[in-house]
Amino acid sequence: MSRYFANIYQSLSSIWVGMNITLKHLFTPSITLQYPEERWEMPERARNQLFNDIDDCIGCDQCARACPVDCIYIETEKTGPGEDLGLTSKGTKKRLKVLRFDIDMSLCCYCGLCTYPCPTECLIMTPNYESSVYDRTDLLYKYAKPWEYEELAGGDADASDDAPEEEKEAASAD
Amino acid sequence: MQQIAIDLVANVPALAGLDPALMAIILGVVSGFALLTVVAVLGMVLVWLERKVSGHMQDRLGPMRVGGWHGWSQTLADGIKLLLKEDIVPEAADSRLFKFAPLLVFAGAFAVYVAIPFSETLIVSNLNIGLFYVLAISSLGVIGILMAGWSSNNKWALLGAMRSAAQVISYEIPVALVLLAVVPLVGSLNLQDLIVAQSGGIANWFVFRNPFTFLAFFLFYISTLAEVNRTPFDIPEAESELVAGYHTEYSGMRFSFFFIAEYAAMAGVSFVAAAVFLGGWQAPWGGDAPGGVFWMFLKMFWLVFVQMWIRWTLPRLRVDQLMFVGWKVLTPGAFICIIGSVVWDFSAPGWLRTLGTGGVGLITLIIFAFYLRSAARGLIEGRKQKAIA
Repeated sequence: MSRYFANIYQSLSSIWVGMNITLKHLFTPSITLQYPEERWEMPERARNQLFNDIDDCIGCDQCARACPVDCIYIETEKTGPGEDLGLTSKGTKKRLKVLRFDIDMSLCCYCGLCTYPCPTECLIMTPNYESSVYDRTDLLYKYAKPWEYEELAGGDADASDDAPEEEKEAASAD
Repeated sequence: MQQIAIDLVANVPALAGLDPALMAIILGVVSGFALLTVVAVLGMVLVWLERKVSGHMQDRLGPMRVGGWHGWSQTLADGIKLLLKEDIVPEAADSRLFKFAPLLVFAGAFAVYVAIPFSETLIVSNLNIGLFYVLAISSLGVIGILMAGWSSNNKWALLGAMRSAAQVISYEIPVALVLLAVVPLVGSLNLQDLIVAQSGGIANWFVFRNPFTFLAFFLFYISTLAEVNRTPFDIPEAESELVAGYHTEYSGMRFSFFFIAEYAAMAGVSFVAAAVFLGGWQAPWGGDAPGGVFWMFLKMFWLVFVQMWIRWTLPRLRVDQLMFVGWKVLTPGAFICIIGSVVWDFSAPGWLRTLGTGGVGLITLIIFAFYLRSAARGLIEGRKQKAIA
């Protein structure tokens, strides 16, 4: 008989405790994030999408060599006599024409090793994580602007040949 | 209804010459449709409320996107989706019973509303055996559930239906007995009479009439949870054991009939509890301003909220535990309530009655205070977490 009442007491007290817990949580603000309207604040050194500021790039190829998955493709050409490509924003002289600077984000493993050797700090990892695309080939980001060298040389015949070739190669790269 | 029809025919010139019997039928059909609309909308609102309550209790948000404000039209969208789904009847099923079962379940849940007084005048049929009618008609659903389980020709469905029959019939006994603890205090089974007997403020409500009716209210509440197959008594549709119980084979509109019927039954038993124990359409300070319907719905929503609160707190009972609670705890408790309530009400001296009402009132206040403390703690803790983040 005492077991019977002990059972009733035990169930009532455990219901009491449980109800208090759920009520407490009813009034705790929920942790859900309404994604398209609200976004996570990325930590300061978050590693997400890569970005290359091509105006500062000297085409040194150190990033491509550091990349463990070889997802950075760089092709350069020496400047001809009399050609001056100017300086980077940090004052380094640009000696190479960067004809191709492609990053295949579908291969990237987001390790960030490419950003450390960059002497001009033009290759950085941005906090942008929303890089979904409908076509896999759209993940090949092309940063080089070979046509700028054409304009610099005043319509140089070699450069104009190069540009379409690079694009073809880039398209076949994936 | 009959009286209203006779009055209408006698007093409204446009209806002069109409047969009062025909008028009564027309009135019945019209009020039936109105009630059906109310119940359907109520069901949708309660489904939405359930999802919001469960979401927030689990630190989620629940539906947020459909319809703008906190996903208020999510159930509407779901209902339309269910309407458009293919109507599937299993090949091996007894198709006639299969198609009839959801209607019967819904009818059982819906018919309860006929006798519920929403305000002093707003009642479809003021039956003089209202309470008896409610008890009798609400068990119609069991037949529908058994029918659904049997006709599905599915092991899970049949097991669910059998469990449901065992459960609902077991728990009908404490429900009826517990209501009997109140009936002798009024001497009437008419729900309107029961409510009028509780007039004059919160202290006259039957929950606080004496300690035994206080106990009876809780016993009634627990038993009705089992009657409408709500957790922790939802073994007929225990999804971890029986897929979905008696409605395993149902989809589309037929499934949504079961769904709406469940929520209609939840609201129905809450209305009955509000009418019998919580003063019905009366305000806590007497009278019914700003309207009986408001108070009736407020009380119903509170009781349904507690049902949801219980659902998202407690785990499901085992079958033997369920039977233990029903037969060894609630039924003897109901007998104690009947005898105690009657003896108290007819023989207790005045000071003891005051003490009893005051005592149960105090207990209620303490319970509310503790729950308020929990709610406040939740708010404070949430604010702290936000401050850290």
